[in-house]
Amino acid sequence: MDLLYFEDFPPGEIIQFGDMEVSAARIIAFAEQFDPQPFHLDEAAARETMAGGLIASGWHTAAMLMRMSCDHFLNRSASQGSPGIAEVNWLKPVRPGDRLSVRRTTTSARPSKSKPELGIVDFSFEVLNQLGEVTMNQKNIMLIKRRPAGEGATA
Amino acid sequence: MSLYFEDIRIGESNAIGAHTFTREGIIAFAVLYDPQPFHLSEEGGRASIYGSLIASGWHTASVCMRLIIDSRARTRATHAALGEPLPRLGVSPGFRDMRWPAPVRAGDTVAYSSRIESMRETKRPQWGMVTGRHTGLNQHGAEVFAFTSIVLWERRPG
Repeated sequence: MDLLYFEDFPPGEIIQFGDMEVSAARIIAFAEQFDPQPFHLDEAAARETMAGGLIASGWHTAAMLMRMSCDHFLNRSASQGSPGIAEVNWLKPVRPGDRLSVRRTTTSARPSKSKPELGIVDFSFEVLNQLGEVTMNQKNIMLIKRRPAGEGATA
Repeated sequence: MSLYFEDIRIGESNAIGAHTFTREGIIAFAVLYDPQPFHLSEEGGRASIYGSLIASGWHTASVCMRLIIDSRARTRATHAALGEPLPRLGVSPGFRDMRWPAPVRAGDTVAYSSRIESMRETKRPQWGMVTGRHTGLNQHGAEVFAFTSIVLWERRPG
C-alpha cells in the first residue's frame, strides 16, 4: 500500500475510525501493571470510590487511542513521530463493555521551515464511546514526511 | 511526600522512583498499544531515524504513573502505621505539555521526580486541585520525559 504523506492530511479534515471493545479483564491487566488504584482494579472496591464502579485508567485510554491510530493510519504513514502532547482531557469514564472509536480533526498543517522534507500536522483526537460521548480528547503535533517529488498522490 | 491538600507546598520536589526498560518490556507494551516498527524490534529501530529499538512514549508515561502510585502507597503506609487518617485518592481530569525530548532505549534506567507547580480550591469543598511537573532523566542525566499532571487532592477534614 502507498504511504500516507504530509499532503494527505489537509487542514479541516475530520475522519472517524476504530472499534475497540473494552473488557474488564483488559482494564484490570493494564491497571495491575501501570495504575493500581482501587477504581481500576476491582469492581467491588471501585463502587466505594468517587468513580462508582470499575473504570479504565486514563493512561489505558490514551494507549488505546495510540493503538487505534497505529492500526488505522500511522503504520501506513510517513510519520516521524511526535515531539509531545499538548494536552489530554479525561472527560467521561471508560467502563467495561464500552466500544471506543476515534474522531480525528486535522487542525493545521504546514511545511517545516528548518527541515524541508518534513511537514508539521496538528491533530485533535477525540475518543468516543458507543453513545457518541467524548470520553477523552488529545491535542498533539505529528511530524510527517512530505511526498517526494515524482510520487503521485494516493487519493 | 504530602498526604492531604493542606500538607502540600508549591515548589516541593520529590523523587518518585526509577525503572530500567528492558527489551522484552518495551516490545510487550508496543505489541498491545503502539505497534510501530521502532517499538517492536531491534531491526525496526535500526531502520528508523532513532537507530535502535526505543520505548513507546506512552510506555515511558505509564511507568511514571506506576511509580507515582507506588511512591504514594509508601507514604500512605507510613502514615497508616502511625494510626493517622488517610485521604481518599482523587482522580485526574487530564494533563498538559507531555514531552519526549530524547528516546528511551533498551537497558536505559529512567529516574522520575516531581515538583509541585500550583494549587487551587475547587467547587467541591472536600477537594483541591494540584498541578505538578514530572520529569524523567536517563542514566546519563538527559531528560527523556516530562509532563504536567492535574490531580484532585482531598482536603483535611474539619
